[in-house]
Amino acid sequence: METVTAKKTMLECVNLKKAYPTPKGDFVVLEDFQLKIKEEEFISIIGHSGCGKSTLLTMIAGLNDITEGNIIVDANRIQGAGPDRAVVFQSPSLFPWMTAMENVMIGVKQVFAHGTKKQREDICKYYLDKVGLGDSFHQRASSLSQGMQQRVGIARAFALKPKVLLLDEPFGMLDSMTRVELQDVLIDVWAKEKITAVMVTHDVDEAILLSDRVIMMTGGPYAKVGDVAHIEIERPRHRKTTIEDPRFYEYRQYLLNFLDH
Amino acid sequence: METKILNALKWSGLGFLEPLIKLIQGKEKDKNIRLVLRQIVVPVLSVFIFLGVCNFGASYLYNKERDIKIEKTRSVQGDAAAAQMAECIDSSDLSCKPNSLPSPADVKQGAISLWNDHKMISEKKSAFKEKTAAINKQRKEQGLKAITYTGRPSFVDQIITSLKTVFAGFLLAAFFAIPVGIVLGLSETLRSSINWIIQILKPVSPVVWLLLVSMVVKTVMANSDSDKAFIISFISVGFCSMWATLVNTTMGVSSVNPDYINVSKVLRLSVFSNIFKVILPASIPMIFTGLRITLSVAWMVLIAIELLAQSPGLGSFVWEEFQNGANDSNAKIIVAMFVIGFIGFMLDRVMMFIQKLISFEAK
Ligand SMILES: Nc1ncnc2c1ncn2[C@@H]1O[C@H](COP(=O)(O)OP(=O)(O)O)[C@@H](O)[C@H]1O
Ligand SMILES: [Mg+2]
Repeated sequence: METVTAKKTMLECVNLKKAYPTPKGDFVVLEDFQLKIKEEEFISIIGHSGCGKSTLLTMIAGLNDITEGNIIVDANRIQGAGPDRAVVFQSPSLFPWMTAMENVMIGVKQVFAHGTKKQREDICKYYLDKVGLGDSFHQRASSLSQGMQQRVGIARAFALKPKVLLLDEPFGMLDSMTRVELQDVLIDVWAKEKITAVMVTHDVDEAILLSDRVIMMTGGPYAKVGDVAHIEIERPRHRKTTIEDPRFYEYRQYLLNFLDH
Repeated sequence: METKILNALKWSGLGFLEPLIKLIQGKEKDKNIRLVLRQIVVPVLSVFIFLGVCNFGASYLYNKERDIKIEKTRSVQGDAAAAQMAECIDSSDLSCKPNSLPSPADVKQGAISLWNDHKMISEKKSAFKEKTAAINKQRKEQGLKAITYTGRPSFVDQIITSLKTVFAGFLLAAFFAIPVGIVLGLSETLRSSINWIIQILKPVSPVVWLLLVSMVVKTVMANSDSDKAFIISFISVGFCSMWATLVNTTMGVSSVNPDYINVSKVLRLSVFSNIFKVILPASIPMIFTGLRITLSVAWMVLIAIELLAQSPGLGSFVWEEFQNGANDSNAKIIVAMFVIGFIGFMLDRVMMFIQKLISFEAK
């Protein structure tokens, strides 16, 4: 079933190329890379280690120069980094000298400069509460566990109300129990906010569980989109029902097959 | 309650007492007996061994000096005078005591005499104050300068002067090196273009700094009647000691975790916020390590600079005692040595304590 109003394109990579200069000449990571992501779409990117997934993500974030081509967000060519493209890094990257609250607040202040202090505080509290940190607002980031810190990282990103959410192996550093918890947190928060998201992951199950589409990248150098899997399991999703869906294993097999090459 | 006391001990650097307290409470006997032995008994023992070695060395040097003195008398004045000299020395008459490395007992005597001297001088000072109070009041009303005590400073006065100088020098170093370090840390171009100056100036000896500073200060302050010796020595101390802070601040600022910089870019923080909310807090640990080194270097060069600049303080105290050559001068020099060492140690402890207080790293 198609929705009546076709969703607009939120993020587009056009003829994207990335070359890192090295002493032995340019090392071309990505070339002729095309990607189109619609509003409210969640896509995952999988591919072998070193194929250029982080490179792609940091380019979209504006933290890494574009060699050739364009990245267009909401009909505008991106210029540098900005809070319209929030990033959840693999390591939580919180400022350890600030509390959980202050870590979220420093971003909220930038984005909602016009609001009152109370409004801004409410936004921070809302998102911290959503990621399950309702009673740790005023804890120093350095005193939180890795998992807790990454929860703050997620809250910080959503609280910016970005156009695009970028996640680079957000749960890669966590143990499997914590990872499962955080995947559930992300599913829940995302279901409410429906922010266009691009997530890099090496966990095939995670990709299927969270995404509408899984982009499979070819091995580098000169990596491009190798294949795309549309995950048609209905939303809202829950871990149990999704994993029990027979299609889950078909997708899983398909993705693993691609990675095996 | 108990853990509170133990924590307080740990924070104040007395953590080594912990096993003793536990032992008194009768907890984990075997383990704590071993810890007490290792952390308290053995260190105390080592102090006694140290004193023993000093005593032995001192008496060896004393005897040698005694023989030299007797031999010298013999060769100049003949056997009779030599025998008299030997008798005089052995009767422990101060007038013919050989002047060599003082024994621990001499040092103790020296410390006591310094303390008595201090008490005497402070009494004199307060007496002087009382006597001049009325006159000074009058002079103040007439717009004249008060009459101040100009007598010899006591050992404690010298310590206070030295502490003032080192503190002024340290502040100067911090106020100069931290901002400059931040600017250098932020700009790669500036860093590489100025690096050579830093590399060349860093190893310059305190003596040269002192000469340089006094050249400048002498001209600049030619018509001023402020305390030039103090100004020259604290500026020299600042220059000698600031390098560690400068280099560490530069390194700290230029090596902030790139993830933090990325977050700052994504949030589009202003230059001001970026520096004061991200870069500075992130480099505080490095800056503090630099400040700690700066303070200990400042204290170390201060003594040498005071000695050379003839500005009042512990350094000139040591030099004057050495020149003086009275029979307890050597003992007083050793007393000063321990006082200098102890103060240096305490300064470092204070810095460590502050560093712990403001550190954001997980405790
Ligand atoms: N700054 C850089 N300079 C040169 N080569 C780089 C740089 N960053 C990444 N690369 C190279 O680009 C390739 C892609 O890296 P990356 O995007 O991190 O891969 P992935 O995230 O998919 O594991 C790797 O071969 C890596 O060695
Ligand atoms: Mg990567």
